[in-house]
Amino acid sequence: MTVTTAPDIDLRDGTAPTPARPKAKLSEGARAERRLGWLLCAPAVVIMVAVAAYPIIYSVWLSLQRYDLRFPDQAKFIGLENYGAVLSSPYWWAALRNTVIITIISVVIELVLGMGLAIVMHRTLFTRGLVRTSVLLPYGIVTVVAAFSWQYAWTPKVGYLSGLTGDSAPLVNHAQAMAVIILAEVWKTTPFMALLLMAGLALVPEDLQKAAKVDGASAWQRFTHVTLPLMKPAILVALLFRTLDAFRIFDNIFILTAGGHDTGSVSILGYDNLFTALNLGVGSAISVLIFICVAVIGFLFIKGFGTSAPGSEMRR
Amino acid sequence: MATTTKQKVGWGSANVLVVLVAVIPILWIVSLSFKDPASVNDGSFWPTKWTWDNYSGIFDTSEFTRALINSIGIAVISTFIAVVFASMAAYAIARLDFPGKNVLIGMALLIAMFPAISLVTPLFNIERNLGLFDTWAGLIIPYITFGLPLAIYTLSAFFREIPWELEKAAKMDGATPFQAFTKVIAPLAAPGMFTTAILVFILCWNDFLYAISLTSTTRARTVPAAIGFFSGSSQFTAPTGSIAAASVIITIPIIVFVLLFQRRIVAGLTSGAVKG
Repeated sequence: MTVTTAPDIDLRDGTAPTPARPKAKLSEGARAERRLGWLLCAPAVVIMVAVAAYPIIYSVWLSLQRYDLRFPDQAKFIGLENYGAVLSSPYWWAALRNTVIITIISVVIELVLGMGLAIVMHRTLFTRGLVRTSVLLPYGIVTVVAAFSWQYAWTPKVGYLSGLTGDSAPLVNHAQAMAVIILAEVWKTTPFMALLLMAGLALVPEDLQKAAKVDGASAWQRFTHVTLPLMKPAILVALLFRTLDAFRIFDNIFILTAGGHDTGSVSILGYDNLFTALNLGVGSAISVLIFICVAVIGFLFIKGFGTSAPGSEMRR
Repeated sequence: MATTTKQKVGWGSANVLVVLVAVIPILWIVSLSFKDPASVNDGSFWPTKWTWDNYSGIFDTSEFTRALINSIGIAVISTFIAVVFASMAAYAIARLDFPGKNVLIGMALLIAMFPAISLVTPLFNIERNLGLFDTWAGLIIPYITFGLPLAIYTLSAFFREIPWELEKAAKMDGATPFQAFTKVIAPLAAPGMFTTAILVFILCWNDFLYAISLTSTTRARTVPAAIGFFSGSSQFTAPTGSIAAASVIITIPIIVFVLLFQRRIVAGLTSGAVKG
């Protein structure tokens, strides 16, 4: 086959052979489709490359410079020195520890509460609209507003919750401040987790539940042996989204404690280095390190997911 | 579904609990906004003396009104542009076969998970050099970028449920692929686009990190950033009432969206991520 078709193209360039004609026509249509596809995606791609991909590369370059905004003329290439400075600083490790603690605790609590909430939303029939509407409020509300609400709620003499901690103000004590930050985070983002889980719950066939019930399985057994295994993809997607989101926590901490009492996250540290210390080089090194952390978390999750990674269905 | 009274009571009280937990922190900030400055520190949940002073106070200052205009303008423009560009890309993803599609999906996913702080440092420097720092465009551009992945995902999920035979019919009648897109599919896709617009708007409306990092004056500072700095001045004279009133004002659009479009928002949030 190849032997005969290869010279065909060379010899009869102008008078294309009949078997090649429909093929050429088809590829022309495919080419038009291709062009349209690229054309339609172009604006989105250009913006995402210019505003996300390019800055991250620029940030890597900045992180290799000594670049203090107070002395911009003295900028110079210093290799990995900024990374050395960050990684040998106790502030980085404290911030990373706080971030990991907040991420793990809040995501675990959210998974449990979110699952309960998803079941409530899935099962409720007659007040479904009311429940779903109320649940969307924490999701939609501006994080800064919610953070202020929590801050005032715990402020001694002002808030309705301040009585719970006696005379001590929770936002001036490391452990309690961390607890309030986690509470604010959980309140705000459990609805999102619950909605993702509810979508997974809707995919569990009702027949399977009934069959298990007929076989004498208790409600708990049905949940752990029928519902949970079928929901695994939805759970993993929800966990990935929320873990990466929790890892970049900033707004809640900024308003509640501003990173005081050793409650700062890595994002708070990066912000402070840029706008308080005005050190662009070190700030960029922190940015790059956070990016690497997120990439590692994402990689680990997707490795665990296998085929159920978000977007894999889209690739088909 | 045969449910016993006991079960009904169980689900009912679970519902009540959920609603209360969701609503109380919001009612609290509303209550604070109506408290008289003298009674802010009385620790009661509801105001003992109701007043509109906090609201008239913030609308008297250009600091708040300007921030409100910035918030609305920036969020609306960003949402509009992000949804238009994302519709084009999502149509291509849902309907057309072209190389590079997977790269685009992967890139969108990557940006959706991007730590915002990683972009703040470089963008701060880039925008200062380009003169975009502390302008509307300086915030609109990153908002579009972060809105795009969400919009592309949500929209491609919606677009895959559209009856595409209609497109084929239009093409048979002589419409070009572009005409088929604008004349036939876009109107069918409008509900999905609307839902996506709400989600992207909430994303932009919510942002705090870019709003405080890429602005320095009231020229482009949005409300979350403005109230974030209200408090920073002094812990002891914290203008609780003003912050609460400003908070309530920027929560109103969210409450309106949620009340009117609860079903759509739930569909939008769940379709993009899980159904795939």
